[in-house]
Amino acid sequence: MIHSLFLINASGDIFLEKHWKSVVSRSVCDYFFEAQERATEPENVPPVIPTPHHYLISVLRHRIYFVAVIQSEVPPLFVIEFLHRVVDTFQDYFGVCTEAAIKDNVVVVYELLEEMLDNGFPLATESNILKELIKPPTILRTMVNTITGSTNVGEQLPTGQLSVVPWRRTGVKYTNNEAYFDVVEEIDAIIDKSGSTITAEIQGVIDACVKLTGMPDLTLSFMNPRLLDDVSFHPCVRFKRWEAERILSFIPPDGNFRLLSYHVSSQNLVAIPVYVKHNITFREGSSQGRFDLTLGPKQTMGKSVESVLVSSQLPRGVLNANLNPSQGTYTFDPVTKMLSWEVGKINPQKLPSLKGTMSLQAGASKPDENPTINIQLKIQQMAISGLKVNRLDMYGEKYKPFKGIKYMTKAGKFQVRT
Amino acid sequence: MLDSNKDSLKLEAMKRIVAMIARGKNASDLFPAVVKNVACKNIEVKKLVYVYLVRYAEEQQDLALLSISTFQRGLKDPNQLIRASALRVLSSIRVTIIVPIMMLAIKEAASDMSPYVRKTAAHAIPKLYSLDPEQKDQLIEVIEKLLADKTTLVAGSVVMAFEEVCPERIELIHKNYRKLCNLLIDVEEWGQVVIINMLTRYARTQFLNPNMNESLLEEGNDKAFYGSDDDEDEEEDEKDKKAEAPAMAKRKPYVMDPDHRLLLRNTKPLLQSRNAAVVMAVAQLYFHLAPKAEVGVIAKALVRLLRSHSEVQYVVLQNVATMTIKRRGMFEPYLKSFYIRSTDPTQIKVLKLEVLTNLANETNISTILREFQTYIKSMDKDFVAATIQAIGRCATNIGEVRDTCLNGLVQLLSNRDELVVAESVVVIKKLLQMQPEKHSDIIKHMAKLTDNIQVPMARASILWLIGEYCEHVPKIAPDVLRKMAKSFTNEEDIVKLQIINLAAKLYLTNSKQTKLLTQYVLNLAKYDQNYDIRDRARFIRQLIVPTEKSGALSKYAKKLFLALKPAPILESPFKDRDHFQLGSLSHLLNAKAGGYQELPDWPEAAPDPSVRNVEVPEWTKCSSREKRKEKKVEKPFYSDSEGESGPTESADSESDSASGLESGSGIEESGSGSESEESEEGSESEEEEEEEEKDKKKKKKELKKPVQESESEQSSEEEVRKHERKNKQRKSDSESESDEEDDSESESSRSESEDSESETEVKKKKKAAESKPPSKPVKKEKKEMSLLDLDDFEPAPSPQVTPVNTFLSSSLVTDLEGLSLSDTVLSPATTSPCSALKSYELLHRITGEGLCVEYCFSRQPFSPDGNMVAVQMQVTNNSTSDTKNLHMEDVKLQSGMRVKEFPEIELLPAGESATAVMGIDFCDSTQAANFQLCTHTRKFFVSIQPPVGELMRPVFLTENEFKKEQGQLMGMNEITEKLTLDAKCRNEHAIVQSVITAANLSRVPCGSDRECRFAGRTVTSGSLVLATVASKEEGAAQLTVNCEKMVIGTMLVKDILLALTQ
Repeated sequence: MIHSLFLINASGDIFLEKHWKSVVSRSVCDYFFEAQERATEPENVPPVIPTPHHYLISVLRHRIYFVAVIQSEVPPLFVIEFLHRVVDTFQDYFGVCTEAAIKDNVVVVYELLEEMLDNGFPLATESNILKELIKPPTILRTMVNTITGSTNVGEQLPTGQLSVVPWRRTGVKYTNNEAYFDVVEEIDAIIDKSGSTITAEIQGVIDACVKLTGMPDLTLSFMNPRLLDDVSFHPCVRFKRWEAERILSFIPPDGNFRLLSYHVSSQNLVAIPVYVKHNITFREGSSQGRFDLTLGPKQTMGKSVESVLVSSQLPRGVLNANLNPSQGTYTFDPVTKMLSWEVGKINPQKLPSLKGTMSLQAGASKPDENPTINIQLKIQQMAISGLKVNRLDMYGEKYKPFKGIKYMTKAGKFQVRT
Repeated sequence: MLDSNKDSLKLEAMKRIVAMIARGKNASDLFPAVVKNVACKNIEVKKLVYVYLVRYAEEQQDLALLSISTFQRGLKDPNQLIRASALRVLSSIRVTIIVPIMMLAIKEAASDMSPYVRKTAAHAIPKLYSLDPEQKDQLIEVIEKLLADKTTLVAGSVVMAFEEVCPERIELIHKNYRKLCNLLIDVEEWGQVVIINMLTRYARTQFLNPNMNESLLEEGNDKAFYGSDDDEDEEEDEKDKKAEAPAMAKRKPYVMDPDHRLLLRNTKPLLQSRNAAVVMAVAQLYFHLAPKAEVGVIAKALVRLLRSHSEVQYVVLQNVATMTIKRRGMFEPYLKSFYIRSTDPTQIKVLKLEVLTNLANETNISTILREFQTYIKSMDKDFVAATIQAIGRCATNIGEVRDTCLNGLVQLLSNRDELVVAESVVVIKKLLQMQPEKHSDIIKHMAKLTDNIQVPMARASILWLIGEYCEHVPKIAPDVLRKMAKSFTNEEDIVKLQIINLAAKLYLTNSKQTKLLTQYVLNLAKYDQNYDIRDRARFIRQLIVPTEKSGALSKYAKKLFLALKPAPILESPFKDRDHFQLGSLSHLLNAKAGGYQELPDWPEAAPDPSVRNVEVPEWTKCSSREKRKEKKVEKPFYSDSEGESGPTESADSESDSASGLESGSGIEESGSGSESEESEEGSESEEEEEEEEKDKKKKKKELKKPVQESESEQSSEEEVRKHERKNKQRKSDSESESDEEDDSESESSRSESEDSESETEVKKKKKAAESKPPSKPVKKEKKEMSLLDLDDFEPAPSPQVTPVNTFLSSSLVTDLEGLSLSDTVLSPATTSPCSALKSYELLHRITGEGLCVEYCFSRQPFSPDGNMVAVQMQVTNNSTSDTKNLHMEDVKLQSGMRVKEFPEIELLPAGESATAVMGIDFCDSTQAANFQLCTHTRKFFVSIQPPVGELMRPVFLTENEFKKEQGQLMGMNEITEKLTLDAKCRNEHAIVQSVITAANLSRVPCGSDRECRFAGRTVTSGSLVLATVASKEEGAAQLTVNCEKMVIGTMLVKDILLALTQ
């Protein structure tokens, strides 16, 4: 399965290597660099690169390439998914997954990788188990360790490994017992030139932060579970119960985890929270182009639209943009031709607009492509699909937990074609 | 620092060394100093030393040997984590000398108490194998042993080892197949991927292609779809194969092996996994194994993955592209999910384009083309080029839009971007080749382009076009050649070749105008730097320019050059990829990767399915010794008499009982959980004793552990269940209500109301339900034919059902619940296992003036109304004249009773007979239903009086449920009678048969072979009827009937007594 792992930073340095079987020379990465050079954008590096003796499967996260070396047939998704899991674990341990963080904690990283794979086959990937085996580094712990000489490495086999609920640690204790759930929905949409929706769908997740003592058994029910078209669960969710009653019943892992991600069927009409009026034109012959953009709220159910960010990749011929925002600030990067406009909150009484001119390269002909406009936004206290959590109940423990549910709507891949 | 006494210093040193290793620096010269610390007490130092050892042991073999003894000691440590890590490191040290030590350690660890250590052992197997392949045989033994392991922890790892060491030894899987299927959902996600992939391969070798009929049907057009006569020859084995629904069976003789079905059913929930690899694995399993109608379920899950990281998208889209070629319909509803966003990476865009192109058909082409139009304006030029190619492919595939596409592409020729123009030219060339006559103006237009376009491929394409169709543009062609001749020396090689081609073709068609030009071009080519071009020039000159030497060939020059060329077929690069297993690396690369296991073709005939039957079903341990004996006795039913249907039967009965289970299990497991646990423990130890005789110590260890585990599992399960109890109870209530309806109806209604099954399944069921009424007579005939077989099977459910509530963890229970969902359609065929339907006379031949009517209680659920008893009537016309308009009239009933009349028989010719089915709701009484039977000439008064045994229908209960229910029906509701059994029916089998003949009850599994238990519900009120026959010495026996309705109870006792004593 996975033979070796190389971590490569944006400038092409291999700053960590780990081998699970016999050592593979790092020169194997040359094939990767070759492919990297061919690709114009960093994300265009093909995830799977065949070389004469090995196969390289890579993922790009946080501007670091995680390159796994494979020697024989293995499902590529298996490796990709595992690499992502590795990144998630690093993030979980160090807060961020940057080159600096990995270099600072290289020993912990090595211990983690050693536990996660055995002979190239995943061994323990649940973060709860790993945390029992190898305790995450904190300043306090490092100090205590240096004084007392105790270690970061657990001596006992994590109980989770053997139990029927491998994702949960035993003996969890909290003084404040709390369970928070965030329902976050993202709207993916493509809006065409005239403002009509080409495709729109809602992808949602329920992220949980559960800090409960003992072995609580939670059930979460929805007011309108039929809304959910397609769901994928954390392994802790009892599938049969969902099938039969549309209730989420689970023994939660300790800490943060993604309980559920779902998809709201595209049959339901998706409410589009904003509209965009745009007029981006280039006149033939002149070296000027007009740029006119106005945003306004559409179906927002009375909630205000916040943290709006508009960005657009302008045509290559554009030299500079001289624009005037009615609110917020805009930036234009003349190298990447990326225009971004931080709008902030949309005030329905006074609609934000961005107007002005773009200067084109002298003599260049009118660009025949139209930029697409990407929009990011946030709406608090609302799930755009209308999904509502009905109640959350806890069984199996006696105390009364503090429960909280938060809704939020975001724009996912929200594009307006012009 | 490594020599220091202080652990903290050692630790610091080791950390630095590990950091060096991580950076790829060589630290091998520190080996002796590090190895000394292998026995260090500090566990973190130890771990880091292990890391170091594994990294450098290969280079310093001699020194590495020093550490071995430490590991050997570690292998005996009481802490399982230390045992496991010692084995891990020991097996990771790639030193050939210690192979025997490793072998020994693996063997020992494979029978370790701790499943974690066993898992490590499974991991160690491929390591040792790669070190020394000669150990293969011994390793296979260990694998075989570990495959039989029942813990989910081990399953994934050992299958992994199996795949690496001996993927060809498929026979090792047979005995574990069902276990693996059932455990699957509880295995950790990485293991799931490996197991699913392996099972896909396995299934391909063991089961029949579920789509084989489809291909037959497609060829044999619609007629074959309805007319069953066509596949008569295949139908002969239909009887024992037992179709999903009788009506379906008529159409499709193929019947899925229940194990095949088991696999599909158990993998389906995994589509909901958060792990993309698992979802993909299930998707490929469905794609390769499922019947066409069911593959659709994977589309939704795959589309969901498109939201994931771009690498995941990349792989998924590759696979979707392959799938769309074969099964386009599957992804059509999700067309819009493949629309391209400007922010997608180019490789994703291109793949999405591929999928869109594959999905294009007459209905959606306009939307797709509109979408393509926006793509052409994109800034990403590579992507635009790909879009143009995609348009070309759409145009070739869909004739109607060819002209539109062509026009669109011609417009693109005026695009400012050269790349776009060039790509359009190439595509247009391909399109024109299909119908050149119509488009000479386009060719002319393109000829003009030669002045502007510089991209060699495009220039070459234009030249080729002009040459090929020079007769359509007779005036322009020589002119183009003239221009080209001028610039010949500056052209790219491919363009030069095409110029020569053009010259040659023109020379042949229009030699007057072009003779000199051709000569000139050929002369230029003769002195070209490229030898290909020189070669070509020489070759062409010999061919076309007649000289005295040139032989026969030049005569054929025209034919050679101006032959009609077939239009190119633009097809997807993913066309033939599906011979690779989807989701595999080889598929992604479209080349065989090392270690790739070919997906075998379906076998012509299914191999013997009985190999999967487990002798002593380890995963469904029987709760007592007697049970097992019973199982052994019944063994022949499975394998010999009807090899095929053995497993079907068991699956069926499970499914039937599962509906009972569903209502009961929740209560039962929490309520009487402790009780059953105790009994189970007792029986386990009993079993142990028995096992001891065979293989002493090992088995004992292994057995003991599962017991503990199951206990802990169950106790936790208990906790879980407790909360579910309330709900379950509510559910069971509602279920018992719905139970009053007949089986099939309640199934379908349940599925509708719960809405929990996938659409396909619901559909299937509906279909079955719909198709039932018309096919009824057919079914019944078949029924009678197979009655004898059926009766043999009757006791079969017992061994399969009992273990469920006593032993296994939730997974199995839920699996069984799952079984009920799709197999219920089978149940009508098996629920009424009466040996011979007793016929009663309704109308005698003489009183009926030649018309003779007999009726029997068919024990089939009466589908129009679940509260009615189905009465099957056999009408025979013995007279000499035809009977017309046979129908019912003037029905006289006791209050509450209802009758559903049979449809009028319009014509019954002399000597013929007909069957009709009517339903009577007897209101749980034995009052007769009186009515008149009318023909076109006469009326006969008749009456039907049911024996009490027919007023009930069987329900499946487990032993514990039975006991529980019986406990609730004590006192007044219990009637006990002593009796002496008739000499003929002293054995168990005979008792069962006579009771079941007397009353429509079903057998309840039971721990002792001296007792037979039966259960049923009355048809109208649904009150439970329980019967127990306990036989004693010399034919003495005791009959106990428990029933809420005392009248029914008393009458039933009488009837059964009669049946048993006669």
